[in-house]
Amino acid sequence: MALKTGRNPKDLAFEKASAFFAFVVLFLTVLLFAVLLRESLPALRKFGASFVVSGTWDPVADRYGALPFIYGTLVSSLLALLIAVPLSVGAAIFINEFAPPWLKSPVSLLAELLAAIPSVIYGLWGIFVLVPILRDLFMKPVAKYLGWFPFFKGPVYGPSMLAAGVLLAIMIIPFILSVTREVLATVPQRQKEAVLSLGGTRWEMIRIVIGQHCVPGIFGATVLGLGRALGETMAVTMVIGNRPEIFASVFQQGYSMAAVIANEFAEAGGLQLSSLILIGLLLMLVTLIVNLGAKGMLSRIVARAERGI
Amino acid sequence: MTGTITFRRKAADRVMKWVFILCALLVVLPLFLIFFDLVIKGAKELRWSLLVDLPHPVGEPGGGIANGILGTVVITLLTMTWSVPVAVMSGIYLAEYGRGKFASAVRFAVDTLTGVPSIIMGIFAYVLLVLPMKRFSAWAGAAALSMIFIPVVVRTTEDMLRTVPTTVREAALALGIARWKATLRITVRTAWPGILTGILLAMSRIIGETAPLLFTALGNQFWQTKLDQPMAAMPLQVFTYAISPYEDWHDKAWAAALVLITMVLLINIAARVLTREKR
Repeated sequence: MALKTGRNPKDLAFEKASAFFAFVVLFLTVLLFAVLLRESLPALRKFGASFVVSGTWDPVADRYGALPFIYGTLVSSLLALLIAVPLSVGAAIFINEFAPPWLKSPVSLLAELLAAIPSVIYGLWGIFVLVPILRDLFMKPVAKYLGWFPFFKGPVYGPSMLAAGVLLAIMIIPFILSVTREVLATVPQRQKEAVLSLGGTRWEMIRIVIGQHCVPGIFGATVLGLGRALGETMAVTMVIGNRPEIFASVFQQGYSMAAVIANEFAEAGGLQLSSLILIGLLLMLVTLIVNLGAKGMLSRIVARAERGI
Repeated sequence: MTGTITFRRKAADRVMKWVFILCALLVVLPLFLIFFDLVIKGAKELRWSLLVDLPHPVGEPGGGIANGILGTVVITLLTMTWSVPVAVMSGIYLAEYGRGKFASAVRFAVDTLTGVPSIIMGIFAYVLLVLPMKRFSAWAGAAALSMIFIPVVVRTTEDMLRTVPTTVREAALALGIARWKATLRITVRTAWPGILTGILLAMSRIIGETAPLLFTALGNQFWQTKLDQPMAAMPLQVFTYAISPYEDWHDKAWAAALVLITMVLLINIAARVLTREKR
């Protein structure tokens, strides 16, 4: 009879105390949105919707438009997905379906270590190792022979949208890889065995099973990777070139939403500060929608797998 | 006829297997390259003086990142002093009491915070602390980092507590222990290795965070132990040195990065070993 909560005053106090801390977390979250919204109001009032379609970023004239940054964030993230998704899916299939069992845990450990590297170290490596390699071995030859194609037009400096995309790809691969492996693991063993027992090769088994089961899951993993890529700051800032203009060529420099905040925030004031915070607010909202979308998608898949369908 | 079809199918199988192997190699290749470069280029400047000296001006040989190491330790500990209790208690609330609308709202808030880009937390701390105090400070840096630390630890605490079987709680209560005592002494203690792993993983993450510190802790060329003053941190030093135009600063960046990654990975691996032994 005394087991019910709330009878013992100490029990009640403990529950209230823990609830208070939980409330602090909730309060901080609400405060975060409130603060960003309030501080971005001046820019929002001044520029309105034109903020996201205007390409001028001119602190001298105090005119601000975020289009080059939005463009840079989207293009670098999409490039990253283009590289990271096929590689992660391929690697996940190898680890789950082909690799000998003893290889599995070292490979996942390596992937987890990749995820633990601070982004500023990726940036450092990007500046001094990745960018020179990309520039000399890939961008220069491609620009020379395929430069007529607008995406590959020179001049080639090194820091570029492509460099940011490749570096981001390396950074988000561990996340996409581990989610894809989980998705692959939800496939019932007997279905795989059924394909094999009918004389299918392993590749046919994988093709059928992935086509049947894993496409939504891999899509969820992709969206999760996108959420990571959109908000990534340091590594992108260090290799994207930080030039607030829009170029069709991925060999040209660009700028991203997070990067402009990182570079200009400490010295900004007035309308520029407010505009930067507005960029931050937009970035946060987009990332949130993407993340929650991915989470919803993946949890539905897990629930389905648990029901055994 | 059937022979060629079988041949084609077998060939496709072989080819695809090698494609998958290639993917796996390409995925792990960057890791090896990064560690290789970190060790080779970082070792060049890795001397005792790096760990105990202040940075020297450009062109002057020697000098270290000691103030950054100290700053990182101070800011990390400062973050954890209030973030650990808040996060663990919230996790306890969610796992042990959390039903109903309030708990779902808190869970949603935690999910939301986990996905917010870390630089946004810098903006938050800047507006709340740097603007009113009119100066960059270690306080502001720690405030920004705690917004990253807290949601991660709330989540792991809740998850770990949920792995404790209900029978354990019931057994404790059946012995007549008050519920709060049972929660702390039995449930939390059973889940503690997992919670500690979560805390250490979150710690290894905030040690390497740079973006939230850029305009909160700001960085500092000198010793600084006052918490209301701009403070150096290792990730900030890596960034400043890396984007500087000076060769000898680039070497410093690599050395600082090597020290930083060593710290991060040691804590990260310690966290993993901890749970493995307890299982």
